Amino acid sequence: MDWLLPFLLTLLKSLVLIVALLIYVAYVLYADRKIWAAVQLRRGPNVVGPWGLLQSFADLLKFVIKEPIVPDGANKAVFLLAPFVTGLLALAAWAVIPLDDGWAIANINVGVLYIFAISSLSVYGIIMGGWASNSKYPFLSALRSAAQMVSYEVSIGFVLITVLLCAGSLNLSDIVKAQDTRFGLFGWYWLPLLPMFVIFFVSALAETNRPPFDLVEAESELVAGFMVEYSSTPYLLFMLAEYVAIITMCAFGTILFLGGWLSPIPFPPFTWLPGSIWFILKVSAMFFMFAMVKAFVPRYRYDQLMRLGWKVFLPISLFMVVLVAAVLQATGWGNVMAQ
Amino acid sequence: MNAVAFFFYFFSAVMIAAAFMVITARNPVHSVLFLILAFVNAAGLFLLLGAEFLAMILVVVYVGAVAVLFLFVVMMLDVDFAELKEGFQRNLPVGATLGGIVLIELALCVGAWSVGGRALTQVTTPAPPGLSNTAALGRVLYTQYMYLFEIAGLVLLVAMIGAIVLTLHHKRGVRRQRIELQNERTAKSAVELKKQPSRAGV
Repeated sequence: MDWLLPFLLTLLKSLVLIVALLIYVAYVLYADRKIWAAVQLRRGPNVVGPWGLLQSFADLLKFVIKEPIVPDGANKAVFLLAPFVTGLLALAAWAVIPLDDGWAIANINVGVLYIFAISSLSVYGIIMGGWASNSKYPFLSALRSAAQMVSYEVSIGFVLITVLLCAGSLNLSDIVKAQDTRFGLFGWYWLPLLPMFVIFFVSALAETNRPPFDLVEAESELVAGFMVEYSSTPYLLFMLAEYVAIITMCAFGTILFLGGWLSPIPFPPFTWLPGSIWFILKVSAMFFMFAMVKAFVPRYRYDQLMRLGWKVFLPISLFMVVLVAAVLQATGWGNVMAQ
Repeated sequence: MNAVAFFFYFFSAVMIAAAFMVITARNPVHSVLFLILAFVNAAGLFLLLGAEFLAMILVVVYVGAVAVLFLFVVMMLDVDFAELKEGFQRNLPVGATLGGIVLIELALCVGAWSVGGRALTQVTTPAPPGLSNTAALGRVLYTQYMYLFEIAGLVLLVAMIGAIVLTLHHKRGVRRQRIELQNERTAKSAVELKKQPSRAGV
């Protein structure tokens, strides 16, 4: 039974991470609403707790004590399974994300592929929810969302390949370490791979169904998309999973392009700050950009969304894969940076 | 029982149960969902073998893409169960023969393996030591088997083009959106300001 202790330890670590993550998500939700409100010259949530800081917890409590309603014509098992699948997958991605050097629950060799696989699975929650509701709008929304997520996964895949070519590893910690150069902030991959960073950011918006690509729940046409029939805790799970997925994408972008836990200025006193603090700051900065896009940009039309994915991002990212590979092969530039 | 054995039996049991449910579930959507469960457990088995790259690719390709298409088709088509059952009697001999062949082959495999046939030790390219299997696979795939790899890619490309050619119809006389025209529109070309005196018709 010598495996019991590591097993329990992993369980404990996961529990701590999930609790921390959920508290972070509660404040990310609050920040999202506050930023949105500030752009529109509103106050945002400001009643529950000082400056409305406890708003998310009040919302949670309200969702939990409401009565869950399952539609009569729904396929009950799948209907109730869908939010759990969504929530589970959203949290599962965090198993491999390193918050600091060695601070990952599972430091696996194929971390990038793992996150990619998990995010490609998250479409199931939406399809299952949309289909099991046995209603027109949710089903339409599920179809839209599946097509959208599959499309943007392709360009995200190519973006990942360019980063992997530069870092020479699929291990998330190794990718961060590969960005640890004497140039600090300017040695991270956002600068040499700037077009890919932009494509990654926009694709991440589409992948997580954030505005301006939130056609899945376009309230003006599909009411609330695949979540129309959901109420109470199942709805809460969908909502939570959505925000956890957004944070996952922010963290993923931070690791790939913004140097993970590295300090932007590579000498003391900046390096005295623990890596996890830098990581959280960077994730928050990424989320701030997500929130600003939500406030600024009007919603895309569906055909424009598909066109952007397949006819603009895919060719550009495909070309960049070839270009990056050629440059690396010709100059060995990746090795020069790493010294 | 150590942890690996426990997880092996766990994944195997769930996978076999899921596979059984795929063929017995009455609702085709449930069948596809059980198929996905079987895929995920197969990925778990790959992980136990140390084939992490294969496991992840199985999830990305089969679960993330192929099964989504299955699910789409099954959800969109209104499958008539009575019609499906009609063909059952007629196709039974063919199905039974195929099933029997697969069963015999599986038995042969297990038999050969249990008497000491080890195909894995006779592979032409042994796994290089000290490399993760992603790196090892990549090294072999892009050097030794370059041509086969590229040809496989080409075959897939041809298949994709074929499918597009078969389904693409360019109807004449249909007004289509032209994105470049839409993008060219400015406030000046799209909005016309007019002075309208009050109490007068347009």
